[in-house]
Amino acid sequence: MTAIVAAETAGLEGRSPKRRGVPGVALLRSTHGLQRGMLITGLVIITLFVLVAIFAPLLAPYGFNADRTADGEIFGTQQAPSAAHWFGTTVGGQDVLSRVLYGARTALMVILLAVALSLVVGVPLGLVSGYVGGRLDRVLVLVTDALYAFPSLLLAIVVAIMITGGRSTPAGGIAAAAISITVVFVPQYFRVVRNATVSVKHEPYVDAARITGAKPRRIMFKHVLPNVSQTIPVLATLNASEAILTLAGLGFLGFGIEPSAAAEWGYDLNKALSDATNGIWWTGMFPGLAIVLVVTGVTLVGESLNDVLNPLLRTRGGGTTTADEAEVAAGDATDEERS
Amino acid sequence: MAARILPRSPLVRYLLVRLALIIPTVLILVTVVFFFMRVIGDPITAAQGGRLTPEQLDVRRAEAGFDRPILTQYLEYLGGLFRGDFGTALTDRREISEVLVTNGAATLELSFWALLVAFGVGVPLGRLAARYRDKLPDVSIRLFAILVYAAPVFFIGLLLKLLFSATLGWLPASGRAAPAVSIALNNVSPKTNIMIVDAILYGEPEYIVDVLQHAVLPALALGLLTAGVFIRLIRINLLETMRTDYVTAARARGVAEGAVVRKHAFRNALVPIVTVMGMQIAMLLGGAILTETTFEWQGLGYILSQYLLARDFVAVQGIVTAIAVVVAVTSFLIDLINALVDPRVRY
Amino acid sequence: MSTEPVLRIDRLSVSFRADAGAVQAVREASFDVGAAEIVAVVGESGSGKSVSSRALLGLLPGYATVTGSATLDGEELTGLRGEAVRSLRGRRIAMIFQEPSTSLDPVRTVGWQIVEALRAHRRMSRRAARARAVELLDLVGIPDPAKRVGSYPHQMSGGQKQRVMIAIAIACEPEVIIADEPTTALDVTVQAQILDLLRDLRDRLGTAIVLITHNMGVVADLADRVVVMYRGEVVEQAPVADLFASPQHPYTRRLLAAVPHLGHGAGSATTRGVQVPAATGEARSPDVTPAQVPALAIRDLVVEFPGRLGSPAVRAVDGVSLEIAPGAVLGLVGESGSGKTTIGRVAVGLVPATKGTVEVFGDDLARTSAKELRDVRRRFGFVFQDPAASLNPRASVGACIAEPMIVHDEGTEASRRAKVLELLDAVELPTSFAARYPHELSGGQRQRVSLARALVLGPDLLVADEPTSALDVSVQATVLDLFRTLQAEMGFACLFVSHDLAVVDIVADRVAVMSAGRLVETGLTADVLRTPKEEYTRALLAAVPVPDPAEQAVRRRARAELPART
Repeated sequence: MTAIVAAETAGLEGRSPKRRGVPGVALLRSTHGLQRGMLITGLVIITLFVLVAIFAPLLAPYGFNADRTADGEIFGTQQAPSAAHWFGTTVGGQDVLSRVLYGARTALMVILLAVALSLVVGVPLGLVSGYVGGRLDRVLVLVTDALYAFPSLLLAIVVAIMITGGRSTPAGGIAAAAISITVVFVPQYFRVVRNATVSVKHEPYVDAARITGAKPRRIMFKHVLPNVSQTIPVLATLNASEAILTLAGLGFLGFGIEPSAAAEWGYDLNKALSDATNGIWWTGMFPGLAIVLVVTGVTLVGESLNDVLNPLLRTRGGGTTTADEAEVAAGDATDEERS
Repeated sequence: MAARILPRSPLVRYLLVRLALIIPTVLILVTVVFFFMRVIGDPITAAQGGRLTPEQLDVRRAEAGFDRPILTQYLEYLGGLFRGDFGTALTDRREISEVLVTNGAATLELSFWALLVAFGVGVPLGRLAARYRDKLPDVSIRLFAILVYAAPVFFIGLLLKLLFSATLGWLPASGRAAPAVSIALNNVSPKTNIMIVDAILYGEPEYIVDVLQHAVLPALALGLLTAGVFIRLIRINLLETMRTDYVTAARARGVAEGAVVRKHAFRNALVPIVTVMGMQIAMLLGGAILTETTFEWQGLGYILSQYLLARDFVAVQGIVTAIAVVVAVTSFLIDLINALVDPRVRY
Repeated sequence: MSTEPVLRIDRLSVSFRADAGAVQAVREASFDVGAAEIVAVVGESGSGKSVSSRALLGLLPGYATVTGSATLDGEELTGLRGEAVRSLRGRRIAMIFQEPSTSLDPVRTVGWQIVEALRAHRRMSRRAARARAVELLDLVGIPDPAKRVGSYPHQMSGGQKQRVMIAIAIACEPEVIIADEPTTALDVTVQAQILDLLRDLRDRLGTAIVLITHNMGVVADLADRVVVMYRGEVVEQAPVADLFASPQHPYTRRLLAAVPHLGHGAGSATTRGVQVPAATGEARSPDVTPAQVPALAIRDLVVEFPGRLGSPAVRAVDGVSLEIAPGAVLGLVGESGSGKTTIGRVAVGLVPATKGTVEVFGDDLARTSAKELRDVRRRFGFVFQDPAASLNPRASVGACIAEPMIVHDEGTEASRRAKVLELLDAVELPTSFAARYPHELSGGQRQRVSLARALVLGPDLLVADEPTSALDVSVQATVLDLFRTLQAEMGFACLFVSHDLAVVDIVADRVAVMSAGRLVETGLTADVLRTPKEEYTRALLAAVPVPDPAEQAVRRRARAELPART
């Protein structure tokens, strides 16, 4: 799935900004028609997801691991949806609805942690490596390229096993999952930021700073980073959706968070697998739909962001008229002789 | 300096350099995996930790040589790899190279079917979406692409199972063939482990149908996931090449729109498309782990996750190394294809 | 020229739909093109000259609206769709584009692309089409056409690629060829050859040519008649001699006045517009007195760039020695690949010298320590070619100009702000611009900001790399004026790198001509540009089209007699 990120951020590197002010509003304004619809749908889904994640204890009728009511009445296993259990109960006798709601919480925490960690590690690494260049850069590129080409899920599993040593603690579960996912993402951030840095570092305005006598650190953070950073929101959003999928994949294969430590959709889907063969649909359907919904929401926002920010993909719309005019009148706009 | 050793033809030179790059790539992956795995401890403790007394563990460790310095073990492991020796699984005592051949064949078969679906669905839809940009076909195709991407392969698998197997009863829910067929095909000689080939060699039409029926759902689940990526990839790259000067120039000399897209835009878009599709092979292998687990398809991914759960790190290391080699070789082949598509690389 | 026009454009308007409302790119433009006539459509950025011609072929995007009429031999072109417009393109109206390197499909051989053009309109076998492609390549002057027909675009030079584009254009013998800035991306000597080819084709095939260009020298060289466009409207049209002799519309007059004319520059001191103050007049003296430490001294400079994987290093500069006296302006000219830009970059320390020395006011750039180098840099100013790219897009104009002061820790916050305003004033920009961002400015305004930044520390040496070549002619004229004024006032020395001999003629005291990494000739501007000693300089000068049809005709004949250069 990293392929998508690679494909979609390809045109993003080192473009100049056109907007200032509140990012959300400006972003909405710069969309139009269908694109705006996609963006709004995505934002609504994400808002819903975050709200559910925060208020899961209030919304869920039972605890995520409870198999009986407060009065000690056992739910029973694999019960079909009913008034008491809207989404039915699992093979372990837990309430599916409660597990789905609590699952949002787990997913959100892992996403935030994973994306934040990858940013903190990947961005500076890419910036320095791209700017300084030389042997360090070549080695880092070789290593990250190798990791990048490797099946990401497999890499995440290996790291998950390494971190937990085969044993998962409740508190460490989420952190471990997030770190495993981070290891997958860092090469992506590294690549994007490094390549953007390499293409920006010979821009005349960076040369200008260099001629002035500015020190490398000032050039990197004052002149390069701000012009590289607009690729990051798109990457982070697309990565967030990938994080959910990787987390679910880990859980599905049994390398994720311990089921007693937190509710996790992928794990539930694994347990629902044999149910499906017997025609029991509710145990897998709801956690599965939850994943699809959240990933779709995040992807919609990521795609819209990309369409708006990527100059190669911009269509007619607010704020882009001059660009289009220039495109048509290419002959007029770039009337210059080459040196 | 280097110029004198290397051959004159730029293409051959480029490909040789590229070929040489496979070695560090594989080496890095093998090293990373080796040390990651060993951070937790030695494979014997990991696999048998709870079941044996510390004394028994020590004896076993010494037998297997896991008590020696880690660097020695690492170098010895590398040496084994060079001889094609991937080691023996701790849990079921299978030769890893034998696992690679039998289960690898199953994964190869699944990947083949899945790629068939991915190309069959992804390429035409991607082109359609680019052609009707921002119109209804584009929007619906893009939504479809997002949905198949957003749905984990095991959820799609579960839905397919629910519908076609549990509810309609049209297709088998798991496995590569019915038990009777599996047993019969075991006696085929030469046995390729690629079920469909074995079935054809056996010559029983019913068996061929059975094998095909078993392949449909896994191929769809894995293939649709990949198709989603292909659609987006093709759409974006086509849109980019569609706005190049040479496309306008081709239009300006009276080339029909269809031919402009086919002969100029698509051909040029192929370079980035092929590159990312190459990476997709690695993703396909990742997806295969999930798909194989979902459908109990006895491939490399399935067995790998079994070994992982059993903490059999000798087996895991062997399989992961093999995957690393496949990934590195694939990326070389991709560059080779690119060199053929793009004359700028060739000369 | 026949009386009946081939192409008649009548009140043609083009507008682009946008959320903010329609943008009118062309307003009721009308002009005719006669058979075998070359009509130049001239104008600056945003004049609508390219848009109007693309409208004829239906090559505008879907959100463009075209109204009015365009007829080819009486046949209406606007509103044509599908097959009707396809069969028109290339067969009756063909097009040549500005950028030959991006207008040819990189993954197809040039022969393939010519064959495609032929077979799009004619029923002919592949073999016959290929034979014809070879003939066409021969016709446009590609040597060894039978072999080159199988070449890929990247194996050809820019000029050859443009010849291929022309071969494609004439493949189906169209009545009209639209040439959209056909020589803008090319070197001046190559430009002269392509213009000759176009003239020759018109003479031989009788094709009418619509020449879209901003270069008045090209117009004077090739056109029979001129249509001047300004902000989407046709403001004037006249036969070429009349237009240059007595422009009617104020815009045309302004435009022509702004065009630098080779031979009318600073070298002939009489035409120099700015009075040189007495104090700096002495510094202007082209000869360096031995006692003076030169502002910039380059000795036996060699610059090599590592080659790609296994290929040998590329030598960009090969043994060049130059000196600039304090307060003097040296114009460094040459064609692409001559190494002139590399020298500029070495002079400011962006590129290290492989061999040789570079001294700025006596300090060897290679030997000074990092700390000393920072002090040397204080005395530098620099202006780059592309004003859009040379200002940090994320920093305000004020911050851009203040940057050198911050880096060198000069002054207080308040004094820096005052200095920024002072400089904005000096480059004739409103002081309110300090709060703006570079993308909100026009190209000329950005280049003024660049100049302000370059001068903020009061440098003794300015390195300017093609500072005006990305600008429209009229903007270029004002920026050059400003440059001259400031140079006279502040008295800094300057290395002025440019491909445009006419511009160098205006600003430089001395000129150095480069070719293929070597210095060909150097001397006083007047001497080098009026009485060149070297063959290369002579050929280069002869290739520059001057904005005067009569003079250009003379020059063209004289050039034809020059020995052919390889």
